Amino acid sequence: MMWAGFLQRAIMQGIPLLFGSTGEIITEKSGNLNLGIPGIMYVGGISGVIGAFLYEQNAAAMNPFLAVLIPLLCSVTGSLLMGLLYSFLTVTLRANQNVTGLALTTFGVGFGNFFGGSLVKLTGSDIPSINLTATSNYFRTSLPFAGKLGWFGQVFLSHSFLAYTAVIIAVVTAVILSRTRVGLHLRAVGENPATADAAGINVGKYKYLATCIGSVIAGLGGLYYVMDYANGVWSNDGFGDRGWLAIALVIFAVWRPNISIFGSILFGGLYIVHNYIPGLDVSGQELFKMLPYAVTILFLVFISMRRKREAQPPAHLGLPYFREER
Amino acid sequence: MSKAVSQEEQVPAIRLQHITKRFGSVVANDDVSLSVAHGQILSVLGENGSGKTTLMNMIAGIYFPDHGQIFVDGKEVLIRSPKDAFRYGIGMIHQHFKLVDVFSATENIVLGLDEAERFSLKRSAGRVREITAQYGFELDPDKKIYEMSVSEKQTVEIIKVLYRGADILILDEPTAVLTPQETQKLFAVLRRMRDSGKAIIIITHKLNEVLSLSDRVAVLCKGKYIGTVNTAETSESELTEMMVGKKVDLNIERSEPKDSVDRLTVEGISCKNREGTELLHDISFTARSGEILGIAGIAGSGQRELLEAIAGLQHVDGKILYLNPKTGQTDNLRDKTPMQIRELGVRLSFVPEDRLGMGLVGNMDIVDNIMLRSYKKGKSVFLERKKPRSLAEKIIKELEVVTPSANTPVRRLSGGNVQKVLVGREIAASPTVLMAAYPVRGLDINASFTIYNLLNQQKENGVAVIFVGEDLDVLLALCDRIMVISSGRISGTVDARTATKEEIGLLMTKNAAAPEPEGGAADGNA
Repeated sequence: MMWAGFLQRAIMQGIPLLFGSTGEIITEKSGNLNLGIPGIMYVGGISGVIGAFLYEQNAAAMNPFLAVLIPLLCSVTGSLLMGLLYSFLTVTLRANQNVTGLALTTFGVGFGNFFGGSLVKLTGSDIPSINLTATSNYFRTSLPFAGKLGWFGQVFLSHSFLAYTAVIIAVVTAVILSRTRVGLHLRAVGENPATADAAGINVGKYKYLATCIGSVIAGLGGLYYVMDYANGVWSNDGFGDRGWLAIALVIFAVWRPNISIFGSILFGGLYIVHNYIPGLDVSGQELFKMLPYAVTILFLVFISMRRKREAQPPAHLGLPYFREER
Repeated sequence: MSKAVSQEEQVPAIRLQHITKRFGSVVANDDVSLSVAHGQILSVLGENGSGKTTLMNMIAGIYFPDHGQIFVDGKEVLIRSPKDAFRYGIGMIHQHFKLVDVFSATENIVLGLDEAERFSLKRSAGRVREITAQYGFELDPDKKIYEMSVSEKQTVEIIKVLYRGADILILDEPTAVLTPQETQKLFAVLRRMRDSGKAIIIITHKLNEVLSLSDRVAVLCKGKYIGTVNTAETSESELTEMMVGKKVDLNIERSEPKDSVDRLTVEGISCKNREGTELLHDISFTARSGEILGIAGIAGSGQRELLEAIAGLQHVDGKILYLNPKTGQTDNLRDKTPMQIRELGVRLSFVPEDRLGMGLVGNMDIVDNIMLRSYKKGKSVFLERKKPRSLAEKIIKELEVVTPSANTPVRRLSGGNVQKVLVGREIAASPTVLMAAYPVRGLDINASFTIYNLLNQQKENGVAVIFVGEDLDVLLALCDRIMVISSGRISGTVDARTATKEEIGLLMTKNAAAPEPEGGAADGNA
């Protein structure tokens, strides 16, 4: 069935966005506008690739568990370092968040392309891409009975563990944000850090933790893209503009990860819908690829006109926090 | 433990002994000792800058005293942070609320608490309801802060403190933002809290509140502790005398006004803020040429709005008539834009709390700041820089501005020098009306006198000067007439040559808002 195939691809397309937007929501809830997310996802991807590449090259016989664990740890480490760098610059040194974020994006893409290129050179192949099919196969292991359940199995059960992890993380994040003390404190930090500080909440600690955890989650989106979506094939710049799409999704989801789950599938679908419309030329395809952004802009207009306070970004988003002189 | 002991021999809930606090060379509190018992309301009375808030901040853990001791229930304590204060059962309700707008009342109340039990907003909301019922507050625990009135926000702040189990409550000018009816409700709640054994300290400068609410009054004047009296045994005039202190002679020269004409006539202006609270009510006065009109009043009584109204920055109802000396015609400034008003020669030199906020741009140098007033002059596409530069150099020389050069960003200058640049620029435009709000705030004696001399010079040149001041001694020595405003109304106008400080002090604290039982919301101006 074509529509089941479309839905399955839309979800696969949406999962990196879901990782990215959940990570960015956690970060933004602490008042940090991390525009470095595209770079961080890129780093998350290439770090995993480096880990997988080294393991594939050096292991005599691949252990399925290690084949997944090593790229995963590498990816987490890479994006965590990026998150730490961003936090250090914006929280400790109070550098401008927009400039820092954009710099990290540029840096992350450059970092990824450099190591991507280096690995290609190591393989000595003519094709400018790295093929990690073996690792990818371990990553893409899905439930064995998915194929027997028809369209339901194809749409909902054919995915890999990382895809379900993304949904679980989003749900857990939504619960933490709205139902727990930690979530309340985090939201207070992003809304009004002076008030949070006066209430005895460690503003700096919350900002650091939220940004680093958010970066790690976003980085997993990069890893999912390479290992699952691209079947273990890394090619430079292949990740495209998915990072920016994840940031757009944050606005679309009005800073709520549970809405982001559906938003990511919608964005994923809009992103690939051109493949399912017959007779489109190249320019038409590009027009269709614009859809997620157009939807975000329309949505922004819509929520700005409604002026609902709960649908607004955290009040202190993008601003550094200085404790008042005492 | 508070209720068991009888009122008379009970250990004070909190006692300060010989508390001194300095900020640099400024002594904010000098040897202050006071105490308050459980089941008692103490008012701390004093003018602006008398050190009331600083003193209370030391109890609340925001500042730490340089000297002296604090005792809670008879035991000496060290309060180094707001958390320490909470541990001793002390809670302070600040003038500026610290609340998260998009959170509900309950979420704000439990913010930062580390209770051992599982987090449940429902249970917390239940506890908030218990507190509101116990003391007679009116509050919906689930209402969002941004939907609340100022008085509801204040209620949230008070409950926040009670929720944490505070036994000693400090309220910093709680009635400054309330309507008379809301004030009555707050007082009823405070009395109930007192009756249940809480110790309450309320900072205020409103005498009528002191007399109606508190059991005892402690008076501060310019950082010094004057004394504590029982409310039942005192009177308004005694408290005023304690509050304003003795007259200090400043030796400011004052000439008699010459050829005065009514330059600016304000007739019945009123204005409201966004919440609908009246900021100015039916203000009428005249400013004459060749005269300094002083405006006295507690900070925030409407001085700022009044000056902004004349400068065209604040929309008001009523008339502002200006007699143009060139044409002899009378214009209504209310219909004019700020630019047109400035062209007529009405100048505002405003020093808000944030000195560089409204008058000058901190990152720009003196020449550029002068050009902010003249950038529209000249016909060339490019800016005319020569004249502003020579003016800048003139100001630097004549007013003795201490600066490396005319190209130094003004934010790097000291407060007094910034003020000289600002006043110098406004005077250079040869105004016919010069308004100066707190022009000497934060300046040292010498700089202050430079400013006084400048204002006097302008007066002799026939300018109508309006001077908003804080220090009554200065107002009495510099001005010709002093208009006193209280809660947005004129409570009296006195001759500065014959008036006394007590007289002005009484007018400043007079409750001018009395004849308004319905809240006055019936005006049909939508």
